[in-house]
Amino acid sequence: MSLKIVVLAKQVPDTRNVGKDAMKEDGTINRAALPAIFNPEDLNALEQALQLKEQNPGSTITLLTMGPPRAAEIIREGLFRGADGGIVLTDRAFAGADTLATSYALSCAVRKIKDFDIILGGRQAIDGDTAQVGPQVAEKLGIPQVTYAEQILKIENGKATVKRRLERGVETVVVPLPAVITVNGSADECRPRNAKLIQRYKYAKTPSEKQGLSEECLKLYEERPALNLYEWSVNDVDADLDQVGLAGSPTKVKAVQNVVFQAKESKQLTAADSEIEELVKELIANHTIG
Amino acid sequence: MNNLIVYCEIEDGIIADVSLELLTKGRSLANQLNCKLEALVIGSNLDGVEKQVFPYGVDTVYTVDDPRLYPYTSIPHTSVLVNLFKEQKPQVCLMGATSIGRDLGPRVSSSLHSGLTADCTSLEIGPHEDKKNNKTYENLLYQIRPAFGGNIVATIVNPECRPQMATVREGVMKKEVYDPNYKGEVVKLDPKKYVADTDFVVEVIDRQMEKSKANIKGASIIVAGGYGMGSKENFDMLFDLAATLGAEVGASRAAVDAGFAEHDRQIGQTGVTVRPKLYIACGISGQIQHIAGMQDSSIIISINSDPNAPINTIADYVITGTVEEVVPKLIKYYKKNSK
Ligand SMILES: Cc1cc2nc3c(=O)[nH]c(=O)nc-3n(C[C@H](O)[C@H](O)[C@H](O)COP(=O)(O)OP(=O)(O)OC[C@H]3O[C@@H](n4cnc5c(N)ncnc54)[C@H](O)[C@@H]3O)c2cc1C
Ligand SMILES: Nc1ncnc2c1ncn2[C@@H]1O[C@H](COP(=O)(O)O)[C@@H](O)[C@H]1O
Repeated sequence: MSLKIVVLAKQVPDTRNVGKDAMKEDGTINRAALPAIFNPEDLNALEQALQLKEQNPGSTITLLTMGPPRAAEIIREGLFRGADGGIVLTDRAFAGADTLATSYALSCAVRKIKDFDIILGGRQAIDGDTAQVGPQVAEKLGIPQVTYAEQILKIENGKATVKRRLERGVETVVVPLPAVITVNGSADECRPRNAKLIQRYKYAKTPSEKQGLSEECLKLYEERPALNLYEWSVNDVDADLDQVGLAGSPTKVKAVQNVVFQAKESKQLTAADSEIEELVKELIANHTIG
Repeated sequence: MNNLIVYCEIEDGIIADVSLELLTKGRSLANQLNCKLEALVIGSNLDGVEKQVFPYGVDTVYTVDDPRLYPYTSIPHTSVLVNLFKEQKPQVCLMGATSIGRDLGPRVSSSLHSGLTADCTSLEIGPHEDKKNNKTYENLLYQIRPAFGGNIVATIVNPECRPQMATVREGVMKKEVYDPNYKGEVVKLDPKKYVADTDFVVEVIDRQMEKSKANIKGASIIVAGGYGMGSKENFDMLFDLAATLGAEVGASRAAVDAGFAEHDRQIGQTGVTVRPKLYIACGISGQIQHIAGMQDSSIIISINSDPNAPINTIADYVITGTVEEVVPKLIKYYKKNSK
């Protein structure tokens, strides 16, 4: 059975490699100092999609991302690894969205894609760590969800068998399609970029990226339609303005604080026997140990 | 009406620790809000389950008992919460930030269009002023959580939508019996009224759960190892030290990721939060996400070959040296001096 697969992928600041210059003097985040990357668990989701495509010839993978126009970068990343096309959901009106407004916008885009069997996403995005968008997209589309997926074991008779990795064990479930499946970081790592695909797709661009290109260059996109990446706005997906962006977000950020830890007056010791023995004696004497 | 409700997880007939911790927190929030504390238990064979939660100060326990409701699956449990909340209109709903709570919470919040904040590390009650709309709100739930990989702490509020929903990880709140003789009311809900047969679409065909082995949450001394331990074999040294001191062994995420220690020993923002009287950090650099889970320890000892490791700034004792050298000496001198 050939499958129509949608992968939800987010471009995120690399919060794992936060250096000293990542926070500005005023305590806000200096986004410019952080590289923007493909959310790591969304790559695990992409890998599951690629494996499904291999097992089910004729399947297609469409990447869907909501973000600023530059998020097209991760669509290309996906094409270099074997995805077939992608859509950037981008509009000023989407800005400031919390997870509910995000999932509403994504679900509108999926409705517009219309024909799909599986929606794959990462378990969570490393900028917010909420893990909410997947289940919320499923609810908005009225379809089941499987979270914490580690492996899609098989697809048979319109049902997927999925192994889930929970904090205290594993569970195998059978879910009827269409469904949303969110993939854990413990799943197979995503394959690297493929040199041939890089050659094929390096000029893939969205309409806003094509702006200012010469007639000559634009011809390429008529000749090779696969290089056209899509950009959809609020209107394109028939989204209700009241439900997107900041206005559509029930949660509000009341305050943000930079984390500063209270430095303590600490005693400095070396590994010398005498110093370690002194320390142990002190801890025994004040009943911390023993 | 407008009460505070805690979704209680149950495994093998036992209410999860994280749920009891939330009931403890929920009780004090309910006192502040001057409302009732309610518990919701969904599962199978729930007779007598109320005895487990009443001592935490629960005023009402709702049970929904049906063999098909255990083990947990997303849509049936979502239906119970959504239908019950439409009826009871709770002002706050808390659940564990577990693989159940983080599957259920977002689905419920999407259905009710009520905001949800994941992984809160602190919950408080307070006012909120919306300057744009010139409106003030009293008694909102402040949902406080680290964001951006732990580099900032944000306070989130849901001014307009109810219930205000939040998830909290295990070990973040303290579990404390409110009154061993506290008695509330049991309300048995008819599953047929809350769940449709068509909700049971996902089938669990296999399930292998382990009891958690480590009990680092309750330990009064923790010996924690990081990536600087170098290997799983070197971690044995920490088990020796822990056995000598009567301690538990914890780990940083880098150590867990490297396979030096099991996942349920991980301490920090995405692990458990601990507050022992003594925390010995061995080969841990002290990134913000780790510190977030242990900074309230009474005494912190850092053993690190790098005198400038960030953890040293919050340590009471900094031992500059390698773990290979220092840990055996701690064992030796403890044995020598403890008699
Ligand atoms: C969203 C998010 C959530 C996270 N959650 C957590 C969490 O819950 N818990 C957590 O711990 N981390 C968490 N992290 C990861 C965290 O940022 C750090 O990567 C991690 O804590 C580093 O672990 P470490 O200190 O063991 O390793 P390293 O940073 O590699 O430090 C090793 C230390 O060992 C010292 N060392 C090396 N050799 C020796 C030796 N022979 N003797 C003595 N010292 C030695 C080094 O000087 C160094 O200070 C999270 C990260 C993100 C982005
Ligand atoms: N802006 C977005 N565009 C596309 N997918 C998203 C977006 N935000 C979240 N997702 C998907 O939802 C998952 C969970 O995100 P979060 O709830 O933010 O932790 C991510 O791993 C993505 O698969």
